[in-house]
Amino acid sequence: MVETVYKPDQILEWLSQVPDPEIPVLTITDLGIVRDIDCGAGVTVSLTPTYSGCPATEAIEASVIAALEDQGVSDVRIRRVLSPAWTTDWISEEGRRKLRVYGIAPPERRDRPVACPQCNSDNTEVISEFGSTACKASYRCLACLEPFEYFKCL
Amino acid sequence: MSGKAVLAAYATRLGDNALVLGQRMIELVAASPELEEELANANFSLDYLGQARMFYTYAGECEGAGRTEDDFAFLRPEHEFRNLLLVEQPNGHFGDSTVRAVLFESWYVLLLDALTRCAAPGIAAIAARAIKEVRYHVRHSSQWLVRLGDGTEESHARVQASLDNLWRYTGEMFVADELDTEMLDAFDGPDLSAIEVQWRQNVAAIVAKATLALPAGQWMASGGKQGRHTEHFGFLLAEMQYLQRAYPGAEW
Repeated sequence: MVETVYKPDQILEWLSQVPDPEIPVLTITDLGIVRDIDCGAGVTVSLTPTYSGCPATEAIEASVIAALEDQGVSDVRIRRVLSPAWTTDWISEEGRRKLRVYGIAPPERRDRPVACPQCNSDNTEVISEFGSTACKASYRCLACLEPFEYFKCL
Repeated sequence: MSGKAVLAAYATRLGDNALVLGQRMIELVAASPELEEELANANFSLDYLGQARMFYTYAGECEGAGRTEDDFAFLRPEHEFRNLLLVEQPNGHFGDSTVRAVLFESWYVLLLDALTRCAAPGIAAIAARAIKEVRYHVRHSSQWLVRLGDGTEESHARVQASLDNLWRYTGEMFVADELDTEMLDAFDGPDLSAIEVQWRQNVAAIVAKATLALPAGQWMASGGKQGRHTEHFGFLLAEMQYLQRAYPGAEW
């Protein structure tokens, strides 16, 4: 039997279909947590956790294995990489656009105001530094008065 | 001790601090004074548990005896835990929990910062991950200290009492024992005397802002780093380890 040798680009394309379990509008490649793909003997995917205690870490690893197995890749290994630590700067432009459409303000640089994902106004205020998940804060727009979530800069 | 043994013991100690404080904070879930605090507390607790898992997994790798993160958390008796006495102190009222967090996190953030520059890449990587979270924690707990200290007469008096009561557990954070010294010499680890200077400065500034008085000249308790714990610790472990003790090997 001849073993198939996969191309990293092909693997990456399959991985770009895997949603983040907590913010399913984003894929794991939008989030920037796929750090390396090694197609030697079998396929090794290097992933980095967003937060130390992110409960999605195991779920993401399982869905990566499942997604590749669906494509017929049988020998999949996951490597956890901690360094350099994940930063919200790695969220792709496409990921930021999807977040906005979904109603979550994407992370901004610290010196920039957080814009409302509904009406785009900069006139917003923080309600709570913590939201439904560790990575989000709760905000309110003072222009359209809608509450919204902000993906914190990390 | 061999280099690997130093790293295993040191990472276990770091894991113990994170796990025990994380477990204390879990006890607060569904008991916070307001919804936003509930979320903050649960998120922070999760950060600590995540850090503990990484430190334990790394310790198990260095040790090379096949122990997993769960073995470290659930199958060790009290005297094998090396966490600071401060983190095992009961939650008390919200002011007590706040002061415990401020005193510990102000130290932990400086320790992690030093560890990001140490010569043990495994520990440096976890520290670099963890410090991003702990910077958030210390900012949050400090804001609460100011709010309570500079709040009402009642909140001021109560949080001052919390500070006076918990202060005695800060001494051992800066007393370097054999393991701290080996970590410093062999792996360019944290210099606790340098951290003490910075910690005193930072804590004095927060305490002043909170219009509270810094305790002085107190007797200091110690023993956590050697496995001699306060009477509260056994109860914490009894609850946390119950399932694995009663049903060994049970899986989620």
